[in-house]
Formats: sequence, C-alpha cells, structure tokens
Amino acid sequence: MKKSFTGKVWKLGDDIDTDIIIPTQFLALESVEAMKKYAFHPLRPELAGLIQPGDIIVAGKNFGCGSSREQAPEIIAALKVSCVIAKSYARIFYRNAFNNGLLLLENNALYDCCNEGDQVAVQLAESRVFLGDKAFPVASIPEDLLQMVEAGGLVPFMRKKNGK
Amino acid sequence: MGYTLTEKIIMKNTGKSSIRAGDLVIVNVDRVMVHDIFTPFVIGKFREMGFEKVWNPDKIVFVYDHLVPTSFIEDFRHHQIGDAFAIEQGINAVHRTDGVCHQLMPELGYVVPGQVTFGTDSHTTTYGAVGAFATGIGYTEMAAIFGTGELWIKVPPTIKFNINGKLPEGVFAKDIILKIIGDIGVDGATYKAMEFGGSTVKELSVAGRMTLCNMAVEAGAKVGVIEPDEKTFAFSGVDGADYQDLKSDGDAHYEKVFEYDASTFAPIVACPSNVDNVKTVEAMSGRKIDQGFIGSCTNGRLEDLEVAANILKGRKIAPYTKLIVTPASRSIYAEAVKKGFIGILVEAGAIVNPPGCGLCCGRSGGIVSDGETVIATNNRNFLGRMGGPKSEIFLASPATVAAAVLEGKIVDPRKYL
Repeated sequence: MKKSFTGKVWKLGDDIDTDIIIPTQFLALESVEAMKKYAFHPLRPELAGLIQPGDIIVAGKNFGCGSSREQAPEIIAALKVSCVIAKSYARIFYRNAFNNGLLLLENNALYDCCNEGDQVAVQLAESRVFLGDKAFPVASIPEDLLQMVEAGGLVPFMRKKNGK
Repeated sequence: MGYTLTEKIIMKNTGKSSIRAGDLVIVNVDRVMVHDIFTPFVIGKFREMGFEKVWNPDKIVFVYDHLVPTSFIEDFRHHQIGDAFAIEQGINAVHRTDGVCHQLMPELGYVVPGQVTFGTDSHTTTYGAVGAFATGIGYTEMAAIFGTGELWIKVPPTIKFNINGKLPEGVFAKDIILKIIGDIGVDGATYKAMEFGGSTVKELSVAGRMTLCNMAVEAGAKVGVIEPDEKTFAFSGVDGADYQDLKSDGDAHYEKVFEYDASTFAPIVACPSNVDNVKTVEAMSGRKIDQGFIGSCTNGRLEDLEVAANILKGRKIAPYTKLIVTPASRSIYAEAVKKGFIGILVEAGAIVNPPGCGLCCGRSGGIVSDGETVIATNNRNFLGRMGGPKSEIFLASPATVAAAVLEGKIVDPRKYL
C-alpha cells in the first residue's frame, strides 16, 4: 500500500450513519458495484457520481454509526477513495472497514480546518496528514492491520490460512 | 480487584483466569445469527475464503426477517441462497417467516445467560438482556466464524447505569434508554459495555430489558448487559443454580457509573434525526404527526401491543393519520390475537403487518414519503431511515405512539392511561 498520497477532500458532517452511506432499500441489489452509485444518497444524491479515485473523505465524529451493513465500507472502498479521515468512528464500521481494505485515519482538528475541494497529503510513515504546510497527527495503525488492508482485507488473509 | 459481568462472561468462554478491559482475546463462539439481507454475502465470503464446511451447523441460526414477506422480485434470491446453503451444510435452525431475529434468538432459547453470540445485525446487543455477551459484526467476520468458530475481540471497559426507584405511570423502558442516550450521546459508549442495574431494571420484564439492551448500540456500545435473575432463568428455561456467579463483583472496575432516580423520569421522544436529540413529550406536545408505528426488535413485544391496545380500546385514530403495527414474532402475534389486542388495534384503525423488519428499516410495509412525519417505537430516526430523506422520525414508547395517533399530534400518553 502507498505510504504517502495526496487527495481531494469531500467533507461530510458528524454522525454519518450507515443508512446515509447506503440506505436499506438498495441493500438487496446484487453487488456492491450496483449499489455504489447510491452512496450517501439521502444526504447528497449527487456525491457518488462526483467522487474520483484517490479522493479523501473528511468527516466529523462517530463516522459509520448505525447498522452492521458491511456494504457501507465496501461501497466507500469501491468508490476508490484513498482513505477516510474522521474525528472518530463507530465500532462495527471500524472493524468492517479494515476487513475490506478501507483505510481509516483519526484526527480531531483537520475537519474544522479544511474545506471541501482542498488537497490533503497523507504521510502514513510519519503518522501525519498535511493541509498545505499545516500538519495534523493521526494515530498510528498497528502493522498487522495495515498488512490486512494491504492484502485487501480479511478474505485474502483467510484464503492464505486455508492454503488457497 | 473483581470483575464486571461482561469480563466474567468472556473469562468463562475463554477459560482464562484473569482478563482486563483492553485485552485482545480470541473467543469461542457459542451461537451466531445471520439474517436474510446479508445471507448471500456471508456465504459468498465463506466460499471466497476457501472454506468448505462450517465449523458447527448446530450453532448457526438463519432468520429471514428483512425481506419477509418479499417486496421485490429479486428478494427471494436471498432466501434461495440461504436455503440451499442450510441444506448443504446441515443447518437446521432456519426461520423463514417466524419473526424478527432479535426477538427469536432469546425467545426460542438460542441464546441463554453467559453465552458469547454474534449476529450480522447491529441490534444483536439485545441478547444482553438475558445475560449474554452479544454484538453485531459484518458479514466478512461472520464468514470467518463460519469457518473457524472463533473471533478476536477487545475486552471492553464497562459503564454502569444504576437505575433505582419506581417508574412513574406512563414511563417505560423505552423512555429510560432514550433518556440515557440523550445524556451520554450517540457515541457516548463507543466500544464499551453498558451494564444496566438497580431496582428499576429488576422490576422490568425481560421484554423491557430487551428494549434497553437493544438500543445500547445507539450509544455506540459493543454490548448492553443485565445481570440474569429469576425472571431471566424462567424466560430462558435454564436452572438458575448454574449461573449464580454471573454477576458483577462488588469491587469490579467501572470506567464510569451513572446514578438515576427513576421516579424523576418522564415520557421522552427522540427528535429528528439523531437518537440523542431527546426532548420530553411535554416539550414537543402539539407537534403534528402523519403516521404511527408500533413494532420492531425494540418494541414489538406482547406488553408493547398490550399498552397500545389499552390506550386505543374503544377509540379511533385521528382522521388523516395512519397506524402501522408489526408484532415482533409469530408467537407474539398469535398471543396478541388470543388476548384480543390485535382486534382492538384493528378496530381503532391500525394496519397490522406480519412479523418482520420491513418498516423499521424503510424497506416495506408503510414506508414514509418526503414531507411526512412518523412517530415510531423502533430504534433509529436517521435521515431517510423509514423512507424519504425529507421525512421526519420521532422515536418514542408504544404508549406515546398510541396516544399520538389518537390526536394526530404528539401528546402526553398519561391522559389516556
């Protein structure tokens, strides 16, 4: 996985719940690819069409609260955002994200300093993100979790364990 | 130093003689529940991981509830895939039309005190009401459990909620948990265990305790737990003598302790569109509503239907107002018919849905349109949760919902009790 990258910011608020990330009425669609155009539909129906690979979602506290639907992180991963940077995350979403190879970073201050459309640079090796020349610390990610993200999540990890 | 109830359940499961909050442990899973909306995904990931046989077919329960009865042509695919897998693997516990997963798991004895249980739904926390450690996970982790029977967890710190005193008339378990979430916030217990205790909780039925634990996840909690007692043992059909140690020690360490005097509580509503946006019913009195909903894994049980029937008996709901009622399980539905509650609700103007999750998750059975306001007994009032993104959801107890549909506006339920 790339340890340093830059991306354009899409800014979302506090308590972005899993029903906002993907409403239940789209969960019986056959694949995450079919669902991804409905990402964030109740809040910003146009957003999924605007997000480009490599972009970064910056959000407030408790991102991913609500249901256990794993399509939530899968869809964000399918939109190919490089990472989410939020003030904090809900528990089930956090586990699901890493299990699906979606990188989550935590920082309290960036959200209040950045605007949508800004460029944010991520330096994983330094555990810092940059907005212009201003640096924001992020908690370091344990190496085994990073390896799981790098491998693409829990499925490849289990495949390897099963000798496949 | 002693142990909390949550630590004791994990210790019993892992066979460790000592654990502390923050420890990473691998637990042996006693039971898992998968519901229909995620069934194909769990099975797909299971195969992708390279597994062929599940670790133990007797420990797996399938419940079809989100897509029952089916609403779209493609819905049945989920049940077909589930059925085929169950037959292939010898999984016998498949509930196709029996009700909402979180009602069935404790009701049918799949979860009993002291167990470690995981489900693919976030409201799996409900089973803490019978003294189990139970929480929601994603379908990839569920697939890994199907293959291995294990999962890693971090032992959570516990926040204790001591609730003592007599609840005033018109105040129910739902009002208690909304009050608590209003106080600590929707992320107030993230990653933590919420343990509910005190004389008020002892007085609650197992059904009321399920309402408390069900909504622990709305404060971000990993689990909600309540010490099992005689009521629990009778409900679960187990011998209490085997579970005497299943309680927090007097010197257990809590991250925080909240003390509540139940006699000061009042009927509460959670206003759009966050569960911690709570106000008293009195403060919101007069707010127009278009639809009421009584049901869900939070409040679709017999005593919920009874309290609504008592309020609606011999009365009619207001013109231009709808009431949707969904019993949480087949057995609750049958019992409510037998006791006459369903007849009363229907005569008052209610539409009664078959048991399932449809309206709570905005998928079927009375979904609301933009511009409509619903007052509901379920657990989430998120933007667009029950239908249109410009609809509004207020969460309340069954009594508050029943009173509201009588007048077409939020009113204090106590005038009808």
